[in-house]
Amino acid sequence: MNDTLLSARQLRVEIGDIRVCDNLNLDLRAGQNWGLLGVNGVGKTTLLHTLAGLRLPASGQVMLIDRPIVNLSRRDVARQLGVLFQGEADDFPGTVLETALMGRHPFLGRWQWEGEKDRALARAALRDVGLDGLEQRQVSTLSGGEARRLALAALLTQNPRLLLLDEPTNHLDPHHQIHLLGLLGQRVTHADCGLLMILHDINLASRFCDHLVLLFGDGENLCGPVSEVLNTENLTRLYGHPVIAVEGAGRVVYLPE
Amino acid sequence: MLPAQRKYKMMSRFILPLIFLLAPLSLLLALLIGSVSLDNSAVWDALWGDKTGLAAVVVLDLRLPRALAAFATGGLLALAGTLMQVLLRNPLADPYILGVSGGAAVGALLSMLLGLGSGWLMGNAFAGALLSVLLVFGLAHGRGVWTATRLLLTGVVVAAGWGAVISFVLAISPERNLHSMLFWLMGDLGHAPPPLTGLLVLVLGLLACLPLARDLNVLTRGELAASALGVPVPRLRLMLYVIASLLTATAVTIAGSVGFVGLVIPHLLRLLGITDHRRLLPAAVFSGGSLLVLADTVARSALAPQQLPVGVITAFLGVPLFLYLLHRRGARV
Repeated sequence: MNDTLLSARQLRVEIGDIRVCDNLNLDLRAGQNWGLLGVNGVGKTTLLHTLAGLRLPASGQVMLIDRPIVNLSRRDVARQLGVLFQGEADDFPGTVLETALMGRHPFLGRWQWEGEKDRALARAALRDVGLDGLEQRQVSTLSGGEARRLALAALLTQNPRLLLLDEPTNHLDPHHQIHLLGLLGQRVTHADCGLLMILHDINLASRFCDHLVLLFGDGENLCGPVSEVLNTENLTRLYGHPVIAVEGAGRVVYLPE
Repeated sequence: MLPAQRKYKMMSRFILPLIFLLAPLSLLLALLIGSVSLDNSAVWDALWGDKTGLAAVVVLDLRLPRALAAFATGGLLALAGTLMQVLLRNPLADPYILGVSGGAAVGALLSMLLGLGSGWLMGNAFAGALLSVLLVFGLAHGRGVWTATRLLLTGVVVAAGWGAVISFVLAISPERNLHSMLFWLMGDLGHAPPPLTGLLVLVLGLLACLPLARDLNVLTRGELAASALGVPVPRLRLMLYVIASLLTATAVTIAGSVGFVGLVIPHLLRLLGITDHRRLLPAAVFSGGSLLVLADTVARSALAPQQLPVGVITAFLGVPLFLYLLHRRGARV
């Protein structure tokens, strides 16, 4: 059985004059946790959107489970692949439960209403992210961290096999960072899922990811297992700032000098 | 759940049936009230019994068609406003924001200036509205990406252009035309055509939107988010634009540019807790329709025999109601 969820072949992504990546090849298999690292403005979000099929690459191909993502309808994509965006609009009123339930959208027929099963999924997801009891709250009254966890709950309600997350730890306190990344990690191991997330914290990446994509800018990139890719040399080049490794508490911690 | 939240949920459950009930009530009121005073039994007879006397003429030939035209216009505007707000992802959008009414107004005012009959006037108003729709769409589409902001800016600027043409036409028009021109611009049901077409467009419009209702819910979260949840965003946006424009064009052709209904009804309903478009769309049709029926009843009876433009009354009724709800919600949330 082929367990590759997402693959990129000779992918070249450009935005304006910026070359985000050139000749990028990766195979994201079920059970893998990928991290995407790079400096501000290098095009991490653009690459993530390209991998999600939300924008076209300059050349190359993205395959979602054996089929070119451009050939699939958005609905078919959404049944397999979910995206957590950097921020979502809340110009329009709505409750926490309604927002989480939107994750069921790709699975419901045109005239179908959310059923008990859908609501149970949404409630479980809200419990997982620690928002239980807030189901009837208006989204506009949530704090930044709560809104972030709600977006994650909507994604868990969607329950796709492949998750693409744009800075999932944004606005989260350290406890929720560790708790939620742990939760996602468990899902990947137990539920035959895969994920790729943009992170700015090298230590969260080394703790929760097994593979990395490094975007160096000007199209240069490096993809591979953490053991091969993550070292002070690459990190120093990646961030244009000296990074040192410190051993302590049973693991290696990376610090900017 | 907190008691306040429970109360809120209970309330939103009762509001929907109440709104649907408001429609027949407002229509009944419109039949009963007017410059010729008729008692309940006379109206009842006219509706279901004797079709000859004066009462029958007043009720069946004057009040009923006008009330139904008002209902159709209000429903069309409220529905178009709801769609436009989601399309532009801007809760301040109204059906006229993209210049549809401006185009219609130029068509109508030029017809009045040239002394054309009412059939020509309506045809030209509708043509002007469609011209504006095509113009905005063509310009906003351009070569680049079709974003909500680009569409909004194009529409607002085109609307400003129509505004200038309207002022120009008003400035060069002889004084005897000005009164009817101003009434048209403020919205008036005194010269409304038979209501059948409007009602038909309203029903078809609602039926076309209902299958898209959950897509609209998702679209309020943003275009990328909607796309990631399986919504074919470009197609949906095009459909919203076309449907909302046709609804608005029909409404302004019937009654001129009645203000306020399209902006405030969707807002008011959202404030009342109806945020799911599967409920919001029909609720908007019924409450928009009812509001305009009530406003028109006031417009033709408050200072009878003098008639007021209905657009003035919608604002008189709607502004305090809206401010009250906004204020109360501010206190609760």
